[in-house]
Amino acid sequence: MTIKDLISSSFNILRTHRLRSFLTILGIVIGVMTIIAILSLVQGLNRSVEEQIQSLGSNTIFVQRFSWGTGRMDIQEIAKRKEITIDDAWAIARLPAVDKVAPQRNANISSLNYQGRTAKQVEVTGSTPDLQYTTNYSIESGRFINQEDYNRKGQVCCVGGYIVDNLFPTEDPVGKYININGKRTLIIGVLGRKGSFFGQSQDNVIIIPLSTFNKIFPKPIGMQAVFSGISIQVLPKSAKHLEPAIDQIRELMRRRRGLGYDKPDDFGINTQESLREIYKNISNIAFIVMIGVAAISLLVGGIGIMNIMLVAVSERTREIGLRKAVGASTRNILYQFLFEAVMLSIIGGIIGTLLGVGIGKIVSAVSPLSAAVPVWTVFLGIGFSAAVGIFFGIYPANRAAQLNPIDALRYE
Amino acid sequence: MLIQTENLTRHYTIGTYVVQALRGVSLAIENGEYIAITGPSGSGKSTLMHLLGCLDLPTSGKYLLSNTDVTSLSDLELSRLRNQSIGFVFQTFNLLPRVTVMKNVELPLLYAGIDSRIRNEKIEAILERVGLAHRKTHCPNELSGGEMQRVAVARALINNPQVVFADEPTGNLDSKTGKEIMTLFNEIAQEGNTIILVTHDPNIAGYARRQIKMLDGQILEDTK
Ligand SMILES: Nc1ncnc2c1ncn2[C@@H]1O[C@H](COP(=O)(O)OP(=O)(O)OP(=O)(O)O)[C@@H](O)[C@H]1O
Ligand SMILES: [Mg+2]
Repeated sequence: MTIKDLISSSFNILRTHRLRSFLTILGIVIGVMTIIAILSLVQGLNRSVEEQIQSLGSNTIFVQRFSWGTGRMDIQEIAKRKEITIDDAWAIARLPAVDKVAPQRNANISSLNYQGRTAKQVEVTGSTPDLQYTTNYSIESGRFINQEDYNRKGQVCCVGGYIVDNLFPTEDPVGKYININGKRTLIIGVLGRKGSFFGQSQDNVIIIPLSTFNKIFPKPIGMQAVFSGISIQVLPKSAKHLEPAIDQIRELMRRRRGLGYDKPDDFGINTQESLREIYKNISNIAFIVMIGVAAISLLVGGIGIMNIMLVAVSERTREIGLRKAVGASTRNILYQFLFEAVMLSIIGGIIGTLLGVGIGKIVSAVSPLSAAVPVWTVFLGIGFSAAVGIFFGIYPANRAAQLNPIDALRYE
Repeated sequence: MLIQTENLTRHYTIGTYVVQALRGVSLAIENGEYIAITGPSGSGKSTLMHLLGCLDLPTSGKYLLSNTDVTSLSDLELSRLRNQSIGFVFQTFNLLPRVTVMKNVELPLLYAGIDSRIRNEKIEAILERVGLAHRKTHCPNELSGGEMQRVAVARALINNPQVVFADEPTGNLDSKTGKEIMTLFNEIAQEGNTIILVTHDPNIAGYARRQIKMLDGQILEDTK
C-alpha cells in the first residue's frame, strides 16, 4: 500500500459520506478558524499598538500623579496626592540627563464650529513649545506655539489634520479664527498627521499655550482633577539617558514633595515601556482566552472524529476482515484508518484556516483593526489539526487493526 | 507436500463453556489437488478452512504449509502468507461496496506492493479469464450474484496463490449460476491450481476429485 493508494482510498470513503464527513470536521473547522482569526487580529493589533506607542516619542517620560498599569487604582488615595506643578517641570528641566520638558493639561470639547461646519470631541492640549519635541509633532504649515505665545498667554493654536478635514476642507486654516471655549483663537499652524488608533483619530487635536489653557479652562476640582491635572512630558538627552533621567526625576520629585525615605512614591513616572507592559498584560489575557476557546473546540472536534472513526470501524468490520484475508497486516489497517482520521482533520484544518484568514480580512476591511496573517499561523492551523487527527484517530485505528480476521468476517 | 496437519484442534471458549469445533484433524494435501470438504452444519468445516487459510490459529496441533510451521509465524509473516500463497472465496462474496470491480480485484496486489502498470496488466488478464472484462468499471451493486462471485474468484487468483479456499461459494447463488461458478472452479483446477472447497451440497462436492467428510470436528471419511 503506497501513500498514493492510501490517499485515494481515504478520499473515496470521505466522498461517499460527504455530509457525515462535513459534520465531523465542523469542530476542527471552528477551532482552527478561531485560532487563525484571533491570531491574525492579535498580530495586526500588536503592530498598530506598537506603532502608536512608538509615535508617543520613543524615550519620552510622563510624570503624573499616578502610574500607568492594569492593576486596581485607588482613586481616593490618588486624589489626596499633591498636584504636579509647572514649577516641578522647570525643576526637572534643570536635571543633567534631561533635554526637553513640556508640562501639559488636556481638556475635551464636545464640538468645535466654523462657518456651519463641526468637529466633534476635540482634544485640547495646553503645553509649552517643547511639546513639539517630546511628542514628535511635525508641522505641515505655519508654525508651532513658541515661548512668546506662552509668555503673553496668546489666543493662538495649532490644529490637527482631522480638524482641517472637518472645518477647513477647501481653505488654508492658518490665519483663520476658531472659538475655543468662548475665546476667539487664531490658528497659527497645522500639525503633521499621526493617523488613527482603533478608529479614533489622533489628529483630532488642538494645541494652545499652557498659560492660555489655564486662563480659559477652569481649574478642575475633586475627582476630575486626578486625571486632568498637569502632567509633564520629559525627553532625556538620549536613549542612554533614559534610565538616569528616570532616577534623577524620582529623586527630585521625592525631595520636592517631601517624602520620607520609607514612604512610597506618590507620583508616577511613566514611559512607553509602561504602556507596552499594560498592552502585554491585556494581550496575554486575550491570548490565554483564545487558547482556551481553540483548545475546547479542537477537543470537541477531536472527539467528533474519534466517534465517527469508531462508527466507521464497526460499519466496516467485514471490510477489515476481508482486507486481512487478502493480505493486509495489522499495520496496514492501522495506517488506513489513521490516515482517514488525519485526512478528515486536515481538511477541517484547511477549511478553518481559509475561513480564519477570510474573517481577518473582512474584519480589517470593515473595521479599523488591521489583521496580519503570518505564514506560520497557517502551518500552525494545519499542523494542529493533523495532530488532533492523529491523537483522536489512533484509538479507533488501533481497534480496527487488532480485529481478528475471522471475527471480522463473521460480523453482521 | 503442500499442506500437512497433525492432530489439529480448535476450541472456542464462551464464558465457561468450551466448544470443541475441531478435535484432532490430521490431513495431507498435495499440490494440484481438488478437494471438497463436506459434512453437516456445525461439523467444523469452516473452522478447519480458516485454520488452513491462516486466518486463525489452532488451539493445539501442528500445521505445515509448504513445510513452514504456520503456528510460529508473526502477524506480519502471516499477512504475507495470506497475501502471496492463499486465495479466499466466500459465500457472501465480501466485495468492497462502492468500489469498482477493478479496484476490488486490485486489493491483494496493493498489499503485495506491486507497481501500478503491472497491476493493471494482471487485472485485465484475470478479468478476461473469469469473463468479466466488460464489467471492470462497474460497482458490485450493479452486478448479479454470479458476476460478484466471479469477481471474488478473480481476486482470489490474482496473486497466483498456492491454494484457493472456497467456503460455500455457491451458497448464495441459484443452481444455474452455481453450476457456472463450479465450471469456473473446474477449469481453474484443470490449470493445475489447488482448490479446497467447503460445501454441504453433495452435488457440488461431486465436482471435486477428493472428498473429505467431517462430523463433530473430526474427519469421518477421506476418499484419498
Ligand atoms: N467464533 C466462534 N465462537 C464460538 N463458537 C464457534 C465460533 N465459530 C464456530 N463456532 C462453533 O464451532 C462449531 C463448528 O463451526 P463451523 O463454523 O466450523 O461449522 P461448519 O461446519 O462450517 O457449519 P456450517 O455448515 O453451518 O457453516 C459450531 O458448533 C460453531 O457453533
Ligand atoms: Mg461453515
